[in-house]
Amino acid sequence: MIVFDGVEKRFGSTVVLRDLDFTVAPGEHVTLIGPSGSGKTTILRLLMTLEKVNAGSITVGGDSLSHAPNEKALSAVRRRIGMVFQQFNLFPNMTVRGNLVEGPTRVLGLSKDEADSRAADLLELVGLADRIDAHPTQLSGGQQQRVAIARALAMRPSVLLLDEVTSALDPELVAGVLALLRDLGETTDITFLCVTHEMGFARDFSHRVMMFDGGRVIEDAPPERLFTAPEHERTQTFLQAVLRH
Amino acid sequence: MPLWDWDYAFSILPDLLLALVTTIEITVLGSVVALLLGLVFAVIRRARIPVLDQILWAFIEIVRSTPLLVQVFFLFFALPRLGITLSAFVIGVVGLGVHYATYTSEVYRAGIDAVPKGQWEAAAALSLPRSRVWTGVVLPQAIPRVLPALGNYVISMFKEVPLLLAIGVVEVVNAGREIGSATFRYVEPYTIAGVLFLLLSYPASLLVRRLERRSVRT
Repeated sequence: MIVFDGVEKRFGSTVVLRDLDFTVAPGEHVTLIGPSGSGKTTILRLLMTLEKVNAGSITVGGDSLSHAPNEKALSAVRRRIGMVFQQFNLFPNMTVRGNLVEGPTRVLGLSKDEADSRAADLLELVGLADRIDAHPTQLSGGQQQRVAIARALAMRPSVLLLDEVTSALDPELVAGVLALLRDLGETTDITFLCVTHEMGFARDFSHRVMMFDGGRVIEDAPPERLFTAPEHERTQTFLQAVLRH
Repeated sequence: MPLWDWDYAFSILPDLLLALVTTIEITVLGSVVALLLGLVFAVIRRARIPVLDQILWAFIEIVRSTPLLVQVFFLFFALPRLGITLSAFVIGVVGLGVHYATYTSEVYRAGIDAVPKGQWEAAAALSLPRSRVWTGVVLPQAIPRVLPALGNYVISMFKEVPLLLAIGVVEVVNAGREIGSATFRYVEPYTIAGVLFLLLSYPASLLVRRLERRSVRT
Protein backbone atom coordinates (compact mmCIF):
# COMPACT_ATOMS: atom_id res chain seq x y z
CA MET A 1 0.00 0.00 0.00
CA ILE A 2 1.30 3.40 -1.01
CA VAL A 3 -0.02 6.34 0.98
CA PHE A 4 0.44 10.01 0.09
CA ASP A 5 -0.66 12.15 3.03
CA GLY A 6 -0.85 15.93 2.58
CA VAL A 7 2.11 15.93 0.20
CA GLU A 8 3.36 19.26 -1.02
CA LYS A 9 6.21 19.76 -3.46
CA ARG A 10 7.63 23.10 -4.54
CA PHE A 11 10.40 23.97 -6.94
CA GLY A 12 11.50 27.39 -5.78
CA SER A 13 8.30 29.36 -5.50
CA THR A 14 6.39 27.13 -7.92
CA VAL A 15 4.05 24.74 -6.18
CA VAL A 16 4.00 21.51 -8.18
CA LEU A 17 1.90 19.39 -5.84
CA ARG A 18 -0.38 20.75 -3.17
CA ASP A 19 -1.92 18.95 -0.23
CA LEU A 20 -2.05 15.68 -2.10
CA ASP A 21 -3.76 12.66 -0.50
CA PHE A 22 -4.20 9.32 -2.16
CA THR A 23 -3.54 5.65 -1.61
CA VAL A 24 -2.67 2.88 -4.01
CA ALA A 25 -3.58 -0.68 -3.08
CA PRO A 26 -1.12 -3.55 -3.55
CA GLY A 27 -1.26 -4.88 -7.10
CA GLU A 28 -3.25 -1.92 -8.33
CA HIS A 29 -2.43 -0.37 -11.71
CA VAL A 30 -2.76 3.38 -11.51
CA THR A 31 -2.25 5.71 -14.44
CA LEU A 32 -1.60 9.39 -13.90
CA ILE A 33 -2.77 11.66 -16.68
CA GLY A 34 -2.97 15.40 -17.09
CA PRO A 35 -1.31 18.30 -18.89
CA SER A 36 2.45 18.63 -18.66
CA GLY A 37 3.57 20.43 -15.56
CA SER A 38 0.62 19.06 -13.62
CA GLY A 39 2.91 17.14 -11.27
CA LYS A 40 2.46 13.56 -12.50
CA THR A 41 6.11 12.81 -13.05
CA THR A 42 6.97 14.53 -9.76
CA ILE A 43 4.87 11.92 -7.96
CA LEU A 44 6.97 9.13 -9.47
CA ARG A 45 10.16 11.00 -8.68
CA LEU A 46 9.09 11.48 -5.06
CA LEU A 47 8.41 7.76 -4.80
CA MET A 48 11.84 6.99 -6.24
CA THR A 49 13.30 9.53 -3.75
CA LEU A 50 14.82 11.48 -6.62
CA GLU A 51 13.01 14.44 -5.05
CA LYS A 52 12.09 15.25 -1.45
CA VAL A 53 8.67 16.35 -0.21
CA ASN A 54 8.33 19.86 1.22
CA ALA A 55 5.42 18.87 3.43
CA GLY A 56 3.32 15.83 4.17
CA SER A 57 4.48 12.24 4.09
CA ILE A 58 4.72 9.20 1.86
CA THR A 59 4.65 5.65 3.19
CA VAL A 60 5.07 2.39 1.32
CA GLY A 61 3.86 -0.80 2.96
CA GLY A 62 3.56 1.07 6.26
CA ASP A 63 7.19 2.26 6.21
CA SER A 64 8.01 5.89 5.80
CA LEU A 65 9.66 6.79 2.52
CA SER A 66 9.64 10.56 2.92
CA HIS A 67 10.81 10.54 6.55
CA ALA A 68 12.77 7.33 6.93
CA PRO A 69 14.49 7.23 10.35
CA ASN A 70 17.86 6.41 8.81
CA GLU A 71 19.67 5.60 5.58
CA LYS A 72 19.29 1.87 6.09
CA ALA A 73 15.53 2.05 6.59
CA LEU A 74 15.22 4.30 3.54
CA SER A 75 17.23 1.90 1.42
CA ALA A 76 15.03 -0.99 2.56
CA VAL A 77 11.85 0.80 1.48
CA ARG A 78 13.30 2.15 -1.72
CA ARG A 79 14.50 -1.30 -2.72
CA ARG A 80 10.86 -2.38 -3.12
CA ILE A 81 10.38 0.28 -5.79
CA GLY A 82 11.68 0.19 -9.35
CA MET A 83 11.53 2.81 -12.05
CA VAL A 84 11.63 2.84 -15.83
CA PHE A 85 12.54 6.14 -17.43
CA GLN A 86 11.52 7.92 -20.59
CA GLN A 87 15.15 8.00 -21.80
CA PHE A 88 15.86 4.36 -20.73
CA ASN A 89 19.02 5.43 -18.86
CA LEU A 90 20.81 2.15 -19.41
CA PHE A 91 24.45 2.24 -18.34
CA PRO A 92 26.34 2.58 -21.64
CA ASN A 93 29.60 1.40 -20.08
CA MET A 94 28.11 -2.03 -19.39
CA THR A 95 26.68 -4.77 -21.57
CA VAL A 96 23.01 -5.71 -21.36
CA ARG A 97 24.01 -8.45 -18.93
CA GLY A 98 26.04 -5.96 -16.87
CA ASN A 99 23.04 -3.66 -16.62
CA LEU A 100 20.86 -6.51 -15.41
CA VAL A 101 23.23 -7.99 -12.83
CA GLU A 102 24.41 -4.67 -11.38
CA GLY A 103 21.56 -4.19 -8.89
CA PRO A 104 21.07 -7.84 -7.93
CA THR A 105 24.78 -8.38 -7.18
CA ARG A 106 25.60 -4.98 -5.67
CA VAL A 107 22.40 -4.32 -3.76
CA LEU A 108 20.56 -7.60 -3.21
CA GLY A 109 23.73 -9.59 -2.63
CA LEU A 110 23.04 -12.28 -5.22
CA SER A 111 25.96 -14.39 -6.40
CA LYS A 112 27.17 -13.83 -9.92
CA ASP A 113 25.62 -17.11 -11.10
CA GLU A 114 22.25 -16.34 -9.55
CA ALA A 115 22.24 -12.85 -11.05
CA ASP A 116 23.29 -14.21 -14.45
CA SER A 117 20.50 -16.74 -14.53
CA ARG A 118 18.00 -14.11 -13.39
CA ALA A 119 19.24 -11.83 -16.18
CA ALA A 120 18.92 -14.61 -18.76
CA ASP A 121 15.36 -15.41 -17.62
CA LEU A 122 14.32 -11.76 -17.78
CA LEU A 123 15.83 -11.25 -21.22
CA GLU A 124 13.89 -14.29 -22.35
CA LEU A 125 10.77 -12.65 -20.95
CA VAL A 126 11.36 -9.37 -22.76
CA GLY A 127 12.34 -11.19 -25.95
CA LEU A 128 15.99 -10.18 -26.08
CA ALA A 129 17.77 -13.34 -24.96
CA ASP A 130 20.13 -13.14 -27.93
CA ARG A 131 21.29 -9.61 -27.07
CA ILE A 132 22.71 -10.39 -23.63
CA ASP A 133 26.26 -9.43 -24.63
CA ALA A 134 25.30 -6.40 -26.70
CA HIS A 135 26.02 -2.86 -25.55
CA PRO A 136 23.02 -0.55 -25.09
CA THR A 137 24.14 1.66 -27.98
CA GLN A 138 23.81 -1.32 -30.33
CA LEU A 139 20.11 -1.68 -29.52
CA SER A 140 17.08 0.14 -30.89
CA GLY A 141 15.15 2.41 -28.55
CA GLY A 142 12.44 -0.20 -28.11
CA GLN A 143 15.01 -2.86 -27.28
CA GLN A 144 16.76 -0.53 -24.85
CA GLN A 145 13.50 0.18 -23.10
CA ARG A 146 12.73 -3.52 -22.80
CA VAL A 147 16.17 -4.06 -21.28
CA ALA A 148 15.46 -1.17 -18.89
CA ILE A 149 12.23 -2.87 -17.86
CA ALA A 150 14.12 -6.13 -17.34
CA ARG A 151 16.72 -4.26 -15.29
CA ALA A 152 14.01 -2.89 -13.02
CA LEU A 153 12.37 -6.33 -12.73
CA ALA A 154 15.69 -7.91 -11.78
CA MET A 155 15.34 -6.17 -8.42
CA ARG A 156 11.99 -7.98 -7.88
CA PRO A 157 10.20 -4.74 -7.03
CA SER A 158 6.72 -4.75 -5.54
CA VAL A 159 6.10 -1.33 -7.07
CA LEU A 160 7.10 -0.33 -10.58
CA LEU A 161 7.05 3.31 -11.70
CA LEU A 162 6.74 3.92 -15.44
CA ASP A 163 7.64 7.45 -16.45
CA GLU A 164 6.45 8.06 -20.02
CA VAL A 165 8.28 4.92 -21.06
CA THR A 166 7.18 5.07 -24.69
CA SER A 167 7.45 8.82 -25.27
CA ALA A 168 10.99 8.67 -26.65
CA LEU A 169 10.31 5.73 -28.95
CA ASP A 170 9.67 5.66 -32.66
CA PRO A 171 5.97 4.95 -33.21
CA GLU A 172 6.53 1.45 -34.61
CA LEU A 173 8.48 0.45 -31.48
CA VAL A 174 5.82 1.55 -29.00
CA ALA A 175 3.57 -1.47 -29.44
CA GLY A 176 6.23 -3.99 -28.42
CA VAL A 177 6.96 -2.19 -25.17
CA LEU A 178 3.29 -1.75 -24.33
CA ALA A 179 2.60 -5.43 -25.07
CA LEU A 180 5.35 -6.35 -22.63
CA LEU A 181 3.85 -4.11 -19.95
CA ARG A 182 0.36 -5.53 -20.50
CA ASP A 183 1.85 -8.98 -20.15
CA LEU A 184 3.57 -8.00 -16.88
CA GLY A 185 0.34 -6.47 -15.64
CA GLU A 186 -1.46 -9.76 -16.16
CA THR A 187 1.20 -12.18 -14.95
CA THR A 188 2.63 -10.39 -11.90
CA ASP A 189 1.16 -8.83 -8.78
CA ILE A 190 3.37 -5.77 -9.09
CA THR A 191 1.79 -2.41 -8.23
CA PHE A 192 2.13 -0.08 -11.20
CA LEU A 193 2.16 3.69 -11.19
CA CYS A 194 2.35 4.94 -14.68
CA VAL A 195 2.59 8.31 -16.39
CA THR A 196 1.71 8.03 -20.04
CA HIS A 197 0.23 9.80 -23.02
CA GLU A 198 -0.88 6.47 -24.52
CA MET A 199 -4.55 6.71 -23.65
CA GLY A 200 -5.40 3.36 -25.25
CA PHE A 201 -2.85 1.68 -23.02
CA ALA A 202 -4.02 3.62 -19.97
CA ARG A 203 -7.53 2.46 -20.67
CA ASP A 204 -6.93 -1.26 -20.82
CA PHE A 205 -3.96 -1.51 -18.45
CA SER A 206 -5.18 0.53 -15.51
CA HIS A 207 -7.54 -0.29 -12.71
CA ARG A 208 -7.71 3.38 -11.93
CA VAL A 209 -6.88 6.66 -13.65
CA MET A 210 -6.03 9.85 -11.81
CA MET A 211 -6.41 13.13 -13.65
CA PHE A 212 -4.06 15.88 -12.44
CA ASP A 213 -4.24 19.57 -12.99
CA GLY A 214 -2.39 22.34 -11.20
CA GLY A 215 -0.83 19.95 -8.68
CA ARG A 216 -4.10 18.42 -7.55
CA VAL A 217 -6.08 15.30 -8.39
CA ILE A 218 -9.21 16.58 -10.01
CA GLU A 219 -10.69 13.24 -10.95
CA ASP A 220 -9.97 9.70 -9.80
CA ALA A 221 -11.99 6.93 -11.41
CA PRO A 222 -11.80 3.55 -13.15
CA PRO A 223 -10.73 4.00 -16.78
CA GLU A 224 -14.02 2.89 -18.26
CA ARG A 225 -15.74 5.71 -16.41
CA LEU A 226 -13.06 8.37 -16.68
CA PHE A 227 -12.56 7.91 -20.41
CA THR A 228 -16.21 7.59 -21.38
CA ALA A 229 -18.00 9.80 -18.88
CA PRO A 230 -15.54 12.18 -17.24
CA GLU A 231 -17.21 14.23 -14.57
CA HIS A 232 -14.88 17.16 -14.43
CA GLU A 233 -14.89 19.69 -17.22
CA ARG A 234 -11.10 19.98 -17.19
CA THR A 235 -10.85 16.21 -17.73
CA GLN A 236 -13.24 16.47 -20.66
CA THR A 237 -11.24 19.19 -22.39
CA PHE A 238 -7.97 17.38 -21.70
CA LEU A 239 -9.23 14.11 -23.12
CA GLN A 240 -10.70 15.83 -26.15
CA ALA A 241 -7.36 17.45 -26.82
CA VAL A 242 -5.25 14.29 -26.46
CA LEU A 243 -7.68 11.92 -28.16
CA ARG A 244 -8.22 14.14 -31.17
CA HIS A 245 -4.95 13.34 -32.86
CA MET B 1 85.60 26.58 -31.93
CA PRO B 2 82.88 25.09 -34.13
CA LEU B 3 79.26 25.67 -33.24
CA TRP B 4 78.68 21.94 -32.98
CA ASP B 5 81.17 19.23 -32.04
CA TRP B 6 79.84 15.74 -32.73
CA ASP B 7 82.50 13.94 -30.69
CA TYR B 8 81.73 16.10 -27.69
CA ALA B 9 77.99 15.63 -28.23
CA PHE B 10 78.32 11.84 -28.19
CA SER B 11 80.58 11.92 -25.17
CA ILE B 12 78.02 13.72 -23.04
CA LEU B 13 75.02 11.79 -24.33
CA PRO B 14 75.17 8.98 -21.68
CA ASP B 15 75.09 11.49 -18.81
CA LEU B 16 72.15 13.31 -20.36
CA LEU B 17 70.24 10.09 -20.97
CA LEU B 18 70.82 9.13 -17.36
CA ALA B 19 69.38 12.47 -16.27
CA LEU B 20 66.49 11.95 -18.67
CA VAL B 21 65.60 8.85 -16.67
CA THR B 22 65.19 11.11 -13.62
CA THR B 23 63.00 13.45 -15.66
CA ILE B 24 60.81 10.56 -16.72
CA GLU B 25 60.62 9.20 -13.19
CA ILE B 26 59.47 12.56 -11.87
CA THR B 27 56.93 12.87 -14.69
CA VAL B 28 55.49 9.41 -14.08
CA LEU B 29 55.32 9.73 -10.30
CA GLY B 30 54.08 13.32 -10.50
CA SER B 31 51.39 12.20 -12.97
CA VAL B 32 50.24 9.49 -10.58
CA VAL B 33 49.88 12.13 -7.86
CA ALA B 34 48.16 14.59 -10.22
CA LEU B 35 45.75 12.03 -11.70
CA LEU B 36 44.75 10.45 -8.39
CA LEU B 37 44.64 13.62 -6.29
CA GLY B 38 42.79 15.51 -9.02
CA LEU B 39 40.17 12.77 -9.08
CA VAL B 40 39.82 12.93 -5.29
CA PHE B 41 39.45 16.73 -5.49
CA ALA B 42 36.80 16.45 -8.20
CA VAL B 43 34.76 13.82 -6.38
CA ILE B 44 34.91 15.66 -3.03
CA ARG B 45 33.91 18.91 -4.70
CA ARG B 46 31.03 17.24 -6.52
CA ALA B 47 29.81 15.75 -3.24
CA ARG B 48 29.57 19.37 -1.95
CA ILE B 49 30.55 18.56 1.60
CA PRO B 50 30.21 21.85 3.51
CA VAL B 51 33.42 23.46 4.83
CA LEU B 52 35.63 20.84 3.14
CA ASP B 53 34.30 22.08 -0.19
CA GLN B 54 35.19 25.72 0.61
CA ILE B 55 38.62 24.79 1.93
CA LEU B 56 39.35 22.76 -1.17
CA TRP B 57 38.07 25.54 -3.43
CA ALA B 58 40.40 28.06 -1.74
CA PHE B 59 43.35 25.67 -1.94
CA ILE B 60 42.78 25.00 -5.62
CA GLU B 61 42.46 28.71 -6.42
CA ILE B 62 45.66 29.56 -4.52
CA VAL B 63 47.64 26.80 -6.23
CA ARG B 64 46.36 27.74 -9.68
CA SER B 65 47.00 31.43 -9.18
CA THR B 66 50.63 31.17 -8.09
CA PRO B 67 53.66 30.02 -10.10
CA LEU B 68 54.78 26.43 -9.76
CA LEU B 69 58.31 27.71 -9.11
CA VAL B 70 57.15 29.64 -6.06
CA GLN B 71 55.33 26.58 -4.75
CA VAL B 72 58.37 24.40 -5.22
CA PHE B 73 60.58 26.94 -3.44
CA PHE B 74 58.02 27.14 -0.68
CA LEU B 75 58.03 23.38 -0.17
CA PHE B 76 61.82 23.25 -0.40
CA PHE B 77 62.48 25.98 2.15
CA ALA B 78 59.41 25.91 4.39
CA LEU B 79 59.03 22.19 5.03
CA PRO B 80 62.43 21.76 6.75
CA ARG B 81 61.45 24.52 9.17
CA LEU B 82 58.39 22.46 10.06
CA GLY B 83 60.70 19.55 10.70
CA ILE B 84 59.88 17.77 7.45
CA THR B 85 62.94 16.93 5.42
CA LEU B 86 62.29 15.61 1.95
CA SER B 87 64.71 15.14 -0.91
CA ALA B 88 64.54 17.56 -3.82
CA PHE B 89 63.31 14.65 -5.94
CA VAL B 90 60.33 14.01 -3.66
CA ILE B 91 59.56 17.71 -3.42
CA GLY B 92 59.61 17.85 -7.20
CA VAL B 93 57.18 14.96 -7.48
CA VAL B 94 54.84 16.36 -4.81
CA GLY B 95 55.07 19.94 -6.09
CA LEU B 96 54.37 19.05 -9.70
CA GLY B 97 51.75 16.47 -8.71
CA VAL B 98 49.76 18.77 -6.44
CA HIS B 99 50.05 21.70 -8.84
CA TYR B 100 48.73 19.68 -11.74
CA ALA B 101 46.10 17.98 -9.57
CA THR B 102 44.34 21.34 -9.42
CA TYR B 103 44.15 21.28 -13.22
CA THR B 104 43.24 17.63 -13.62
CA SER B 105 40.47 18.07 -11.03
CA GLU B 106 38.92 20.63 -13.37
CA VAL B 107 39.20 18.16 -16.25
CA TYR B 108 37.58 15.38 -14.24
CA ARG B 109 34.85 17.79 -13.16
CA ALA B 110 33.99 18.53 -16.77
CA GLY B 111 33.90 14.79 -17.49
CA ILE B 112 31.66 14.12 -14.50
CA ASP B 113 29.33 16.97 -15.43
CA ALA B 114 28.98 15.50 -18.92
CA VAL B 115 27.48 12.28 -17.54
CA PRO B 116 23.73 12.68 -18.04
CA LYS B 117 21.57 13.19 -14.96
CA GLY B 118 19.56 10.13 -15.98
CA GLN B 119 22.57 7.94 -15.24
CA TRP B 120 22.62 9.12 -11.62
CA GLU B 121 18.87 8.63 -11.42
CA ALA B 122 18.99 5.13 -12.88
CA ALA B 123 21.70 4.26 -10.35
CA ALA B 124 19.56 5.69 -7.55
CA ALA B 125 16.53 3.74 -8.80
CA LEU B 126 18.57 0.54 -8.39
CA SER B 127 19.55 1.72 -4.87
CA LEU B 128 23.22 1.35 -5.79
CA PRO B 129 25.50 2.41 -2.95
CA ARG B 130 27.17 5.82 -3.36
CA SER B 131 30.62 4.33 -3.87
CA ARG B 132 29.36 2.00 -6.58
CA VAL B 133 27.58 4.83 -8.38
CA TRP B 134 30.98 6.49 -8.71
CA THR B 135 33.11 3.48 -9.52
CA GLY B 136 30.58 1.53 -11.58
CA VAL B 137 28.56 4.15 -13.40
CA VAL B 138 29.85 7.72 -13.34
CA LEU B 139 33.64 7.48 -13.52
CA PRO B 140 33.74 4.75 -16.19
CA GLN B 141 31.75 7.14 -18.38
CA ALA B 142 33.49 10.35 -17.32
CA ILE B 143 37.14 9.31 -17.49
CA PRO B 144 37.38 7.93 -21.05
CA ARG B 145 36.01 11.23 -22.35
CA VAL B 146 38.70 13.28 -20.63
CA LEU B 147 41.69 11.00 -21.26
CA PRO B 148 43.02 13.25 -24.06
CA ALA B 149 42.86 16.33 -21.82
CA LEU B 150 44.58 14.43 -19.01
CA GLY B 151 47.21 13.22 -21.46
CA ASN B 152 47.95 16.79 -22.48
CA TYR B 153 48.56 17.72 -18.85
CA VAL B 154 50.96 14.80 -18.45
CA ILE B 155 52.92 16.11 -21.44
CA SER B 156 52.91 19.61 -19.93
CA MET B 157 54.22 18.19 -16.68
CA PHE B 158 57.03 16.42 -18.49
CA LYS B 159 58.12 19.71 -20.04
CA GLU B 160 57.94 21.50 -16.67
CA VAL B 161 60.29 19.12 -14.89
CA PRO B 162 63.40 21.26 -15.80
CA LEU B 163 61.97 23.92 -13.52
CA LEU B 164 63.10 21.71 -10.66
CA LEU B 165 66.72 22.60 -11.39
CA ALA B 166 65.92 25.56 -9.14
CA ILE B 167 65.99 23.22 -6.15
CA GLY B 168 68.89 21.14 -7.44
CA VAL B 169 67.15 18.18 -9.03
CA VAL B 170 69.49 16.72 -11.62
CA GLU B 171 67.06 16.29 -14.45
CA VAL B 172 68.15 16.55 -18.03
CA VAL B 173 68.44 20.34 -18.38
CA ASN B 174 70.25 20.65 -15.07
CA ALA B 175 72.59 17.88 -16.16
CA GLY B 176 73.24 19.84 -19.35
CA ARG B 177 73.95 22.96 -17.32
CA GLU B 178 76.43 21.08 -15.13
CA ILE B 179 78.19 19.63 -18.15
CA GLY B 180 78.29 23.04 -19.76
CA SER B 181 79.74 24.74 -16.73
CA ALA B 182 82.50 22.15 -16.56
CA THR B 183 83.45 22.40 -20.25
CA PHE B 184 82.17 25.86 -21.15
CA ARG B 185 80.33 24.27 -24.05
CA TYR B 186 76.61 24.83 -23.55
CA VAL B 187 75.23 24.51 -27.06
CA GLU B 188 75.52 20.74 -27.36
CA PRO B 189 74.09 19.75 -23.93
CA TYR B 190 71.14 22.14 -24.14
CA THR B 191 70.41 21.21 -27.75
CA ILE B 192 70.52 17.51 -26.95
CA ALA B 193 68.27 18.12 -23.95
CA GLY B 194 65.78 19.89 -26.22
CA VAL B 195 65.92 17.11 -28.80
CA LEU B 196 65.32 14.50 -26.09
CA PHE B 197 62.20 16.38 -24.98
CA LEU B 198 61.02 16.62 -28.56
CA LEU B 199 61.60 12.90 -29.18
CA LEU B 200 59.34 12.02 -26.26
CA SER B 201 56.76 14.83 -26.31
CA TYR B 202 55.92 14.65 -29.99
CA PRO B 203 55.01 10.94 -30.13
CA ALA B 204 53.11 11.41 -26.87
CA SER B 205 51.09 14.23 -28.37
CA LEU B 206 50.36 12.09 -31.44
CA LEU B 207 49.06 9.42 -29.09
CA VAL B 208 46.82 11.98 -27.38
CA ARG B 209 45.52 13.13 -30.74
CA ARG B 210 44.64 9.54 -31.59
CA LEU B 211 42.80 9.24 -28.29
CA GLU B 212 40.92 12.42 -29.16
CA ARG B 213 39.86 11.06 -32.53
CA ARG B 214 38.72 7.85 -30.94
CA SER B 215 36.66 9.60 -28.29
CA VAL B 216 35.02 11.74 -30.96
CA ARG B 217 34.00 8.64 -32.85
CA THR B 218 32.38 6.87 -29.90
